[in-house]
Amino acid sequence: MKLFKLSFLIVLLGALASCTKDLDRSPLYGVTSVTVFSTPAGYKQALAKVYSHFSLTGSGGAGSSDIAGIDAGTSSYVRLHWSLQELTTDEAIVAWNDPGLPDLHTMSWGSSNDLIKGFYNRLFSQITVANEFLRESATGRVGEKGFSATEAGEIKAYNAEVRFIRAYDYLVALDLFGNVPFSTEANLIGGDRPEQIKRTELFTWVENELKAAEAELKEPKTNEYGRVDKAAAWMSLARLYLNAKIYSGTDRSTDAITYAKKVISAGYTLENTYKNLFLADNNLRKNEIIFSIPFDGLRMQTYGGTTFLVHASLGGNMSASEAGVDAAWAGLRTTKNLVDLFPNSGADTRALFYTNGQNKQINDVGTFTDGYAVTKWMNITSEGKPGKHPTFVDNDFPMFRLAEAYLIYAEAQLRGGTGGDATTALQYINKLRERAYGNPSGNLASLELTTILDERARELYWEGLRRTDLIRFAKFTDASYLWPFKGGVKEGRGVESFRTLFPLPAADITANPNLTQNTGY
Amino acid sequence: MNCRKLLSTIVLPLFLLLFSTAVWAQSKTITGRVVDAAGAGIPGVTVAAKGQNLATSSSETGEFTIVVPASATTLVFSSVGYGTQEFTIGTNTAATVTLSQLAGNLNEVVVVGYGTQRRRDVTGSVTTITTKDFNKGINTTPEQLIQGKVAGVQITSNGGAPGSGSVIRIRGGASLNASNDPLIVIDNVPVSNSGIAGSANILNTINPNDIESFNILKDASATAIYGSRASNGVILITTKKGSRGDKLRVNYNVVGSIAKRTNEIDVLSGDEIRKYVNENGTAAQKSLLGSANTDWQSLIFREAFTHEHNLSISGGFKPLPYRLSLGYLNQDGILKTSHMDRTSASLGLFPSLFDRHLNITINGKATHTKNRFADEGAIGSAISFDPTQQPYQKGGGFAGYFEWIDSTSGKPNLLSNRNPLALLNLVRNVSWVNRFIGNAQFDYKFHFLPDLKLNVNLGYDHQQGEGTILVPSVAATQLVQATRVNGTGDIYDAVNKNKLLEAYLNYTKKIEAIRSRIDLTGGYSYQDFQYENTNYPPYDVNGKLAPTATLPVFPFNFNQQTLISYYGRLNYVLNEKYIVNATVRRDASSIFSKENRWGTFPAVSFAWRIKDEGFLKNSNLFSDLKLRIGYGITGQQDITGSAGFYPYIPGYFTSDSSSLYPFGDTYYSTYSPKPYNADLKWEETETINAGLDFGFFNGRLNGSVDVFRKTSRDLLATVAFPVTTNFSNEFIKNVGSFKADGIELTINATPVKTRDFTWDLGFNATYIDREITQLNDVTPEDFLGYPQGGINGGTGNRIQVHSVGYTPNTFFVYQQVYGADNKPVEGLYVDQNGDGIINERDLYRYKSPQPSTTLGFNSQFGYKKVSLGFSLRSNLDNYLYSNLNSHQGVGRSILNPLNFLGNSTRNVLETGFTNNQYFSDYYISNASFLKMDYLSLGVDLGKLGGTNSSLRLTANIQNVFTVTKYKGLDPENFSGVDNQVYPRPRIYSLGINLDY
Repeated sequence: MKLFKLSFLIVLLGALASCTKDLDRSPLYGVTSVTVFSTPAGYKQALAKVYSHFSLTGSGGAGSSDIAGIDAGTSSYVRLHWSLQELTTDEAIVAWNDPGLPDLHTMSWGSSNDLIKGFYNRLFSQITVANEFLRESATGRVGEKGFSATEAGEIKAYNAEVRFIRAYDYLVALDLFGNVPFSTEANLIGGDRPEQIKRTELFTWVENELKAAEAELKEPKTNEYGRVDKAAAWMSLARLYLNAKIYSGTDRSTDAITYAKKVISAGYTLENTYKNLFLADNNLRKNEIIFSIPFDGLRMQTYGGTTFLVHASLGGNMSASEAGVDAAWAGLRTTKNLVDLFPNSGADTRALFYTNGQNKQINDVGTFTDGYAVTKWMNITSEGKPGKHPTFVDNDFPMFRLAEAYLIYAEAQLRGGTGGDATTALQYINKLRERAYGNPSGNLASLELTTILDERARELYWEGLRRTDLIRFAKFTDASYLWPFKGGVKEGRGVESFRTLFPLPAADITANPNLTQNTGY
Repeated sequence: MNCRKLLSTIVLPLFLLLFSTAVWAQSKTITGRVVDAAGAGIPGVTVAAKGQNLATSSSETGEFTIVVPASATTLVFSSVGYGTQEFTIGTNTAATVTLSQLAGNLNEVVVVGYGTQRRRDVTGSVTTITTKDFNKGINTTPEQLIQGKVAGVQITSNGGAPGSGSVIRIRGGASLNASNDPLIVIDNVPVSNSGIAGSANILNTINPNDIESFNILKDASATAIYGSRASNGVILITTKKGSRGDKLRVNYNVVGSIAKRTNEIDVLSGDEIRKYVNENGTAAQKSLLGSANTDWQSLIFREAFTHEHNLSISGGFKPLPYRLSLGYLNQDGILKTSHMDRTSASLGLFPSLFDRHLNITINGKATHTKNRFADEGAIGSAISFDPTQQPYQKGGGFAGYFEWIDSTSGKPNLLSNRNPLALLNLVRNVSWVNRFIGNAQFDYKFHFLPDLKLNVNLGYDHQQGEGTILVPSVAATQLVQATRVNGTGDIYDAVNKNKLLEAYLNYTKKIEAIRSRIDLTGGYSYQDFQYENTNYPPYDVNGKLAPTATLPVFPFNFNQQTLISYYGRLNYVLNEKYIVNATVRRDASSIFSKENRWGTFPAVSFAWRIKDEGFLKNSNLFSDLKLRIGYGITGQQDITGSAGFYPYIPGYFTSDSSSLYPFGDTYYSTYSPKPYNADLKWEETETINAGLDFGFFNGRLNGSVDVFRKTSRDLLATVAFPVTTNFSNEFIKNVGSFKADGIELTINATPVKTRDFTWDLGFNATYIDREITQLNDVTPEDFLGYPQGGINGGTGNRIQVHSVGYTPNTFFVYQQVYGADNKPVEGLYVDQNGDGIINERDLYRYKSPQPSTTLGFNSQFGYKKVSLGFSLRSNLDNYLYSNLNSHQGVGRSILNPLNFLGNSTRNVLETGFTNNQYFSDYYISNASFLKMDYLSLGVDLGKLGGTNSSLRLTANIQNVFTVTKYKGLDPENFSGVDNQVYPRPRIYSLGINLDY
């Protein structure tokens, strides 16, 4: 009996040891990379995620974010990029006291600024999912899955688009941060810390990568809505070359003209009514808009993107309901510098300002009624109907449109680029002015470089391009060009020249010893 | 073999096979009373028949009845804190026994995890708190019983809502982002600290009246036997038992109480707002003024009544001791509509079989809790709502409540606050939670080798919660949300299951030849936690899908976590003077990948009973002197709160219906990769502890002092990952280290002890200094740290930071500049780095919300049959950020451009600030406090007119007073951010205890 009992104990303990396989727990309801990349439909949903970093903050509704350490709505690609490009300039000022936000307009940001860190993380999050998609959609990888030739061909097109998106992100990184950590699909998740790339080297990489993607992208205007085509790559290259002197030290105006011309001759035409380009039904303006970041009040909800632009532009006496939304967030206005670029007469219909109860002069940054409000972004359709949802707007955010190609052509021509001509350049600018005035009364007789900067402001204000323009025209940091509260004083003052680049976030430098901070920070 | 099958096919039959008969004996009944020197009854005294292995315990009034076999000759009376007394039975059938108080009884049995030890053999830092030391009054949740009573244990209640939970920290906690909650073990079943939907606090599903004792294991040498989850200390809760030989005993206890607000937040009155707006407002703003003087805070609060009933029946039915208890609690909260009621039943059976070779303990506790949660947003709203408005609007919309409206749309103003009364009265947020927690423990002393015991423990904890939230469509909160225009009718449910199998062998041997005692334990533990909830879409008030809502992608969420451990302990006593205790535990957690999931946690400790050395043996001064030194490593894996249950497994999210992306006209749900970290492994905490236990004057003055250092390494910290190396910029990673140094002092004394009058007092003090010593692989100078402590106001503002060289959650703020009039100058701060601009680099680290020192003091006076007790508690050097003033105490709180008026805290008159200055250190102030937690009076009326029943009456006041310089409502706040806390009420209660 004793022996029996002892042996029983041994059996018991042996049986217990077998339980260790219970430690292999895995999610019961969930999706793995194997399921995602087993069907062409799965590839498309993964592609949708790469794109949706532009529009949405996360996967679980407006309150969710892919980015940790920042308010979800604030973490939007468009909202942050717009803030870094516009709030730092004469075009926009914001009343709010959100973390890091006031430092943008006063040009006093540091390396822990929440918005700079937020955008940097957003940018590299999109690059990370793009890298993952490029690994999974590599030709060899797809070849193993037994898809039909059509399916494999479609996935190849996805691959080119993701390659473009990643190159575009690096173009933005090149513009804002200069010398950034650099990783491609060769850098695995959980792998080594990425090395830093010099701005000039990144310039070359972006140039080559955009061209490589361009070769595989669909022809202009042939892809589905919400996806890019060759024209997007041409626009990116044109921007890259226009700013080449800043990015790499070498003027590439001739190349800028080359790619602007490709866009101009691709069949796009100017939309008749300027303000329709920014309204709730601007998805219809495919004639002029080359690629838009899509938004939809019901199916694409975020507190960033154009929802931010519409709500934050409203305040004072303005009616939120007339703008198609339920609330005014009383934040964004412009400075007199932008207002003064337009004639007082109101003849230029691009001057979409709200002045009733607003002071043109800004005495208090925190007071919405100081500074004219801007009505460029309204959640109403061209027929005057409100968007689908009172909180989340329908307005798409145009990333590239034909008007910018005209302006690039003209500017590159004036900067000495070849391949274009002065007459055509003037024609292009006057096309934009004729649309704005409704007749040729505002047409110019000749062009100068400074006119281009002003014309870009009139045409492209509040579209997220101003900081880059001011830097290219050397008016961003020094005292030669001032606007209210530049440098934190009412009249404006010059700031340090190193502020033409943003700092790398201290958090990433802490995590990655390969990185060296940009000069000055 | 499947582990569940294992239980049913091997373990249970094992016992059926091993045993077949029971032993019955002839008996005799002895009744009596145990009293202290003052003649007051002592509850909870163990009354044992010597050499018979049967015992009972005395009632609340000291009464006892024991049935002993005819062969029994002597009764032994023992109780924690009292000397042991023997009583010769002879022909007596009644006994009155007087026990002398002897705090720190060395033979007291201490529960140490997987067994017990005598107090004298304990080498670690272990504190025992039993019924007589519990906090008095209405305590709806177990941890409230010991608040302020134990050195090194800080318990901060989350507020005054019925059944609300507490933050429990033992020695300050050892982790940064992993859980800092201690492991709680209820009757040998380690429970999960995760809450369940529908419950404000999962501990409130345990009836505190069933609890006999708390044993708190603090240092690593004590906790390492629970290795995997012991870094933050262990709280062992033991419930009341019946004993063999007891005669039937019935106890009925009823308590009624009334809770009242102690004070209110000082805001401007209606008249003051009219004056302020007329002086400062625009014409449009003036036109919004009303004519009332509404005190919104007094409208939302009430005096709240609570009644609680507990009935317990215990005794021994032949060889089957049992205890059955029933409890009912009905508690209204002081915030209108908040309510909780709890029905509980607990049954314990404690049979001994086979000549007492097999002792079985079966515990089952079931509770049914019903809650109605009030929207605590009403508290903030009552502070900020315009007092010039009437609460009701005749004939108006919104169910007759006044609301701010948008004049163009006629809808409620989207950005304004809401009528606080409507927030309470129009919402019906109710839930119920059922919990069953039970275990069956078999302790078998081998017939062929009685020194060897096998102990098998099977435990099960089942929690189920369900709730609904109903809001009619007329409520303003609904009309402003496009998806809620038909009202709200949301439902939710969840089930948590926790299964436990433990088995250990224990061998004890006294070897006289080498004057040694050996106590050897080796065991195995398997524990599995399952959490499941249903994903419901939002519904409207009629039970239809809410507008634009779609069905969730997955109908359920299910998470599972499994822990497997092997453990061993050796307790070796040489010459009754030198004690060595060594433990080792090897743990595996399903949280980590196969390669990293096992961790080994050793501990060793040593105790020297100096008192038993020749030179002190006969000392009259010293009654006890023992030195303890311990070292050990414990583990931490509880990161489900920050990283989920499968943090090492790559996976994808499917986006919901409001997060789609269009290709052409079709909107696609996106596949989004989740962050993961395959390299995650155990966080380890190393503790060194040295302690001295002392007793003087025959135990009249005794206590202990402990010093410790805890060092946590490979912290499971949420930190920045280098971009592109993970799918999130921040995720959990083993990085950094953390240090906590502390001193604890406990003193118990009985300064006066005469026949009629006794005076006992207890004092404890804890000093802890915590510091983050490393947080990343490298820490460049310009790295400011990880922001913590979200606040109300602005978007995404956070007021605290984790940074190297500082206490976690240190405040991170601008240094306010003051004008000649000593008033803060709005928006003017010290330029810390002197670069001419004020940006985030000028924030500085200023103070911490954690107290450096916590003190507890309690005292009990007894005069004849009357007893009077109180408990005081104090925190020192804890700082508090008044988010209430920074957010709701500036001019903008009253006047804003958004077409409604608000109210402000009176602080606006002191600062004169127009705009919010969230990051000014002006709002941070010292919140050191002294609180009297209770004052209690008891009268023992003894036997009722010749019956066997005895009666005791009690009267209590809880939350008696608070002494502090802090100007807000309550200085006690764990997070350090003071905003809209449900106020802790003052509670007056009367109780009747009837013993039969």
